[in-house]
Amino acid sequence: MDVTPQEYTSMVQKQSDPSPMLRDMAWAFVVGGAICTLGQAVLEFWKFTGLGQKDAAIATSITLIALAALLTGLHVYEKLAKHAGAGTLVPITGFSNSVASPALEFKSEGLVLGTAAKMFIIAGPVLVYGIGASIVYGILLVLFGGY
Amino acid sequence: MNGKRVGESTIRLERPPRVRAWAAVGGKKEKEGPLGAKFDKLFPDTMCGEKTWEQAEVHLQKAAVRTAANKCHLPVSALDLMIAGDLLGQCVASSYAARGTQVPYLGLYGACSTMAESLALSACLLDGGYAQRVCAVASSHFCTAERQYRFPLAYGGQRTPTAQWTATAAGACILTQAADDCAPVRITHVCFGKICDLGVTDANNMGAAMAPAAHSTLRALLRDTDTKPSDYDGIFTGDLGEVGTRLLHELFRRDGIDISGVHEDCGRLLFSKQQDVHAGGSGCGCAASVLCAHLLPQLADGSLHRIVLAATGALMSPTSVQQGESIPGICHAVVFESGEKR
Repeated sequence: MDVTPQEYTSMVQKQSDPSPMLRDMAWAFVVGGAICTLGQAVLEFWKFTGLGQKDAAIATSITLIALAALLTGLHVYEKLAKHAGAGTLVPITGFSNSVASPALEFKSEGLVLGTAAKMFIIAGPVLVYGIGASIVYGILLVLFGGY
Repeated sequence: MNGKRVGESTIRLERPPRVRAWAAVGGKKEKEGPLGAKFDKLFPDTMCGEKTWEQAEVHLQKAAVRTAANKCHLPVSALDLMIAGDLLGQCVASSYAARGTQVPYLGLYGACSTMAESLALSACLLDGGYAQRVCAVASSHFCTAERQYRFPLAYGGQRTPTAQWTATAAGACILTQAADDCAPVRITHVCFGKICDLGVTDANNMGAAMAPAAHSTLRALLRDTDTKPSDYDGIFTGDLGEVGTRLLHELFRRDGIDISGVHEDCGRLLFSKQQDVHAGGSGCGCAASVLCAHLLPQLADGSLHRIVLAATGALMSPTSVQQGESIPGICHAVVFESGEKR
């Protein structure tokens, strides 16, 4: 007897192994927390060198972005991310990885049509909606924020 | 209906074409897998010494064809036809591999079912007398497939437990006419499958998308040829992986047929569970290389007598998946028999 799509959907659900949520979350918590702790250490370092709070924060972002891009190029980042999931995705290092990895991958199609054109295929939506949301927020602030 | 068709959709080859020679080539992960020692050629370098991954896949396919041709002491140019396929857009790995061969060429896209599609078409052409020597070949490369279907390699993403690992491999078979006494294996039946789509939309669960197609084609083949699973030494599906295999067994159980005793899946054979491939191997090169490295040698030495290769394909594109379309599955079956050398 032929199986209906509805019956098959429940068969598929039963036979498909779910993601190990607890393990994934534990990894994400530990690695994500470690990256943030590292960020704090870097921030303290830059403050120690004499930068003010604002400059030290910017220098910390730059340091983490550069470090993640380097680890992406060395193919270390994806090995860590395989286990860490959101732990490596959410911090600014994840953004760096999402820009550096297509830039590397598509260099075989040239610096213009490959690296440059494909650099934001993953991060692009984050930029579009991130910048879009900040514009909306800015307008609301101007209209109702008392400026 | 003429005499070559039996039942609803199976073709019985009146003059069963023979498989004269074959070759399997693979990459690093395939080398480390359970079948590693059985490959003709292995390339531990993912790039195969080329500049791009696409060229590396072309290199794999060329190496497979050349090695198979060498085994029957023929130059590649002596082939009447090459029927080749791969996973890349516009089927470019095959076209570039055929460039410069001066052999008439047909490019196929059947996703992971390509090798069976190519063998079945080759067998029909040989049985009909339209060619003397045909090369059926298929390849895939993990890196070319990932960048086309998923994410850049260095992107830190997580794969779901149901995802499969595209094989970096190619398999090539040289088929000859029934009268070829030197060829140890013959193809007796082929069954071209219908598209089956039961609404699976998850491109990370291709085994689930393809299992109904495997069930449909195998059921048609068994019914048309009036055989049961136990009449075969093995029924090898293309690459359903762990999830698809469980679903196929369940679909057959509903028909009151137990195939678990004779069924195995190429995606489960190519890699071991320790290799972190999640649900198993996939890609055109998976079924092609398992056939050429593992199954055909056993048919040739008589340890297997009659098997079915039922390679399955998930025929979606990145665009169709993004548009929310479900995944059409396909499965083509080819029956091999160890043909006593005369």
